[in-house]
Amino acid sequence: MRNYEMMFIVRPDVADDDVQKLIAQMEGVVAGAGGKVDKVEKMGRRRLAYRVHKQREGFYVLFHVQGTGDTVKEFERRLKVTDTVIKHMTICTDEILQRAEKFKALRAKQEAKRRRSKPAPAPAAPAQPVENAQV
Amino acid sequence: MPGPREGSPQGERPPRREGPPGGPGGGRKQYFRRRKVCKFCSEKIDVIDYKDVRMVSEFVAERGKILPRRLTGTCSTHQRALSEAIKRARNIALLPFAAGG
Repeated sequence: MRNYEMMFIVRPDVADDDVQKLIAQMEGVVAGAGGKVDKVEKMGRRRLAYRVHKQREGFYVLFHVQGTGDTVKEFERRLKVTDTVIKHMTICTDEILQRAEKFKALRAKQEAKRRRSKPAPAPAAPAQPVENAQV
Repeated sequence: MPGPREGSPQGERPPRREGPPGGPGGGRKQYFRRRKVCKFCSEKIDVIDYKDVRMVSEFVAERGKILPRRLTGTCSTHQRALSEAIKRARNIALLPFAAGG
């Protein structure tokens, strides 16, 4: 199982109810293909940076999904078939999360190092107020 | 040269010009370059999110090109992640491939 972010853009002339219906349908597709929907984000109507299918606006929907390659395949196939979806993109977020954790660990290490090196030159000054505070 | 690196306020500049015997032109031509720091390192942003258009678009030129590191001061690690994020944002029409054309 991997984590995916699947984003798609629905035509702006589609009614909100129909978007909701499409989202429910896609949730069913994920569940049917052995995946799990973590979160669905409706990013709302936005201006597109360039024209897509002669549209200048679009309704962005974002799925956070756990699943396998088959889940993605089926999801994308359904999006391609759906006429109201003008653009879609799937991203595997595992690497991004890993990198973020690495950065976090690195920073924690650096801070620990800084803390270790700092008390050496000035141990007396900060120590006394702390003692007073405790007493 | 400790002066310019510290980013000294403008009030300190006139006396410096009198000090060194470099001549009138030399004092003004001295480096007044802002020290550039990687935004993602200094603000501790771990994930450069392609969905955050406002942040990512800071690193895109007017016509939609990715700004080089020498202009923005981004570190190489983050520049790589940033360029990936920009390309993703372009793919999903959050950012233009070429703007204003």
